[in-house]
Amino acid sequence: MHETVQPATSLQSLTVALIGNPNTGKSTLFNSLCGGKARVGNFPGVTVEKKVGKYRFGDRQITLVDLPGTYSLSPRSADEMVSVDVLLGRQKEVTAPDAVVCIVDASNLERNLYLFSQIRDLNLPTVLVLNMWDLATSRGVQIDVEQLSERLGVPVVTTSAHRREGIERVTDAVLQAVETPGTKPVQLFPQAFYDEAQQLDEWLVANGEPKTHLFLRERMLLDIRGASEEAASQPDQTKLKAYLEEARGRLAASGHRIPAIETKLRYDWIRQQLDGVFTRSDTDQRLSTSDRIDKVLTHKVTGMIVFALIMLLIFQAIYTWSGPFMEMVEGLQNAANDLVGGMMGPGTLRSLLVDGIIAGVGSVIIFLPQIVMLFAFISILEDCGYMARAAFLMDKLMTKVGLSGKSFLPLMSSFACAIPGVMATRVIENRRDRMVTMLVAPLMSCSARLPVYILMIYTFIPASLLFGFLSLQATVLFAMYAIGALLAIPIAWLFKKTLFKGETPPFVMELPPYKWPSPKIVLDRVYDRSRAFVVRAGTLIFAVTVVVWALGYFPGDHTAQHQLAQQLETLHASPEENAEKIDELSAEFDSVSGALIRESYLGRMGKAIEPAVRPLGWDWRIGIGAVASFPAREVIISTMGTIFSLGGEVDEEDPSLKDALANATWPDGRPLFTVPVALSLMVFFALCAQCGATLMVIRRETNSWRWPIFTFAYMTGLAYIAALLTYQIGTSLMG
Amino acid sequence: MATQPDSLKRLDELKSIGQQARIIDVVGDDSISVRLMEMGLTEGEEITVLGFAPMGDPVEYSIRGYRISLRKSEANRVQIESAE
Repeated sequence: MHETVQPATSLQSLTVALIGNPNTGKSTLFNSLCGGKARVGNFPGVTVEKKVGKYRFGDRQITLVDLPGTYSLSPRSADEMVSVDVLLGRQKEVTAPDAVVCIVDASNLERNLYLFSQIRDLNLPTVLVLNMWDLATSRGVQIDVEQLSERLGVPVVTTSAHRREGIERVTDAVLQAVETPGTKPVQLFPQAFYDEAQQLDEWLVANGEPKTHLFLRERMLLDIRGASEEAASQPDQTKLKAYLEEARGRLAASGHRIPAIETKLRYDWIRQQLDGVFTRSDTDQRLSTSDRIDKVLTHKVTGMIVFALIMLLIFQAIYTWSGPFMEMVEGLQNAANDLVGGMMGPGTLRSLLVDGIIAGVGSVIIFLPQIVMLFAFISILEDCGYMARAAFLMDKLMTKVGLSGKSFLPLMSSFACAIPGVMATRVIENRRDRMVTMLVAPLMSCSARLPVYILMIYTFIPASLLFGFLSLQATVLFAMYAIGALLAIPIAWLFKKTLFKGETPPFVMELPPYKWPSPKIVLDRVYDRSRAFVVRAGTLIFAVTVVVWALGYFPGDHTAQHQLAQQLETLHASPEENAEKIDELSAEFDSVSGALIRESYLGRMGKAIEPAVRPLGWDWRIGIGAVASFPAREVIISTMGTIFSLGGEVDEEDPSLKDALANATWPDGRPLFTVPVALSLMVFFALCAQCGATLMVIRRETNSWRWPIFTFAYMTGLAYIAALLTYQIGTSLMG
Repeated sequence: MATQPDSLKRLDELKSIGQQARIIDVVGDDSISVRLMEMGLTEGEEITVLGFAPMGDPVEYSIRGYRISLRKSEANRVQIESAE
């Protein structure tokens, strides 16, 4: 079938575009073809991920371009236009494809062929891949593949990508499609339409835009307010829009109403092609099993109970089960520190290695357990078909906030950690919904805030009972968790009304039949996400940690501190004998360290912002703590330990830190921390964006510095105002 | 067809599970209406109600051999007639 006709040099290297509906196993096929090696980036100016893989097939070098999953090629936004641009060779970063592979779900052929029928209009060598063949067969679907191939005029192959079945046939078929001259595309539309497309070409040429692809002109006519209009850069947009409107008017007058005509004609054509080729047995066991499962899982009562249990399980996993793994990471980090400590004495280099580099790597790896847990659950739920049901159940609730059911899981996950939460917004196809969800996700009270809450609550909030039964401390803790979630509602609404205005996006969602999740798909997905986090966000998080280390270390003279550290290390060799000496030197070391951080750039920044934090009831020491905790909120505890001269090794339950805070005073002797100050600090940390890692993940997901900067600005502003109100109102109430 | 009277039944008026209807038209030309058509809700097709989410919205339907979830506001764009 595919013996090389002639050694055509142009065929040595082939670019192939891979496209398909969502949930057709496209990524799995991509990974199977490229062996998991892919370069991942972003297309410029849009949030669309660019995934390109390379592999050898015989004497050919194949470049495979993965296009985002889509139901149609009718671009309505710059994001959707990317696929059209790549396919037409208009995308500068990708070579024009020599062939297109269209992957479809074999069990749902009719709807999936809609996209195929549009791709056919591109007039490129095309291969149709009927994926999930094993499932389709077991569901009683029968397809006459040869007959289908003959009717469609393209090679058709069957695969079960998750089992690696039929993968080689795909490239075989691509070569076959490239080598055999394509059949002339069927003229689906009435002649009047092609006449209009021809006239449009003449109009465009007359207006300075020669050589527009026929496909683009067809899209301009068919997509009312579509994105393809902007592809014609020369003509005046208003004139072009007016012309297109007239053209559509002419077509409507002759009985071809746009947009209904396109879907009607394509689906009629599909039905003709499938007649006698595609059959589904009426006694479809799987479907009825799916029906029975759905009766329970989407039921008012049982459905909600199961949903709540699944969400609880996920939350438990990322909040609690990832704990031991995170401790392991910390253990490794300590081991690395000891190793460095054993190799060199205290000094700037050691400080850079331990507090800068090892801490930086640790601050990246520490998030992996949560990311792995969340994405394992997401992949399982998506692959078995439950994810769509979860969105179905939660949609009404989330529309009240202006979002959709798909935003629920990312937001809920953010209560454990905003990083996997932000990464999980990928399940939301609509750009505006996804952006709003991403921007409010860091408001959810994550586990890193807990140490701050615990320190403040147990030190300053009395352990009394409200109304005789409610613990005051527990109430304050609950309030801290509630404040972010409650504020997220008006803020999401505000963002929807201002920054991300536009028509409500369709929620229209496919509910796939239930199936057992495939381990390969789940593992692939988890690996893919974790790798993306480490490689693309990790480097930025690492850089932030090192920069903040440098700001806290320089420009002070650390000679005395290093000498003390050296002496202490020697003394620690026999701690019993030198107990007194150790205590004495430790105290000196702590006070030297405290002085150094106060003089560092970070300390100066803290002092510089004192006038700004005074109205919150804070002094410059708390200011430094707030500035220093930019990489991560929990850093404020060790920073305050250092500033209050206790050394950096304290944790939130350290009695000496509690005492130091309780005894800290203003220069005039008034106590520094009062209940309103403690509350204002907690409220600030509940709402601020002091988490470099989250901001870097937002930067990575949005492919722009604009959004992390915006998130930081709005959250800091919000945190400041809320802390100000808390302190001022609190102080006046306490009178 | 765009001038059809609004007295026609709409898809969101189907209130019980198992009810069937035939699609006459999808009203509108914005992204929601286009998506509905692209998903196969076109003239002449039969559509069946499969179930309702806990708060009665969205609704699960079956069409062209697969299941789809539509919000009521989306189903309201679909003009239907009862199918025998």
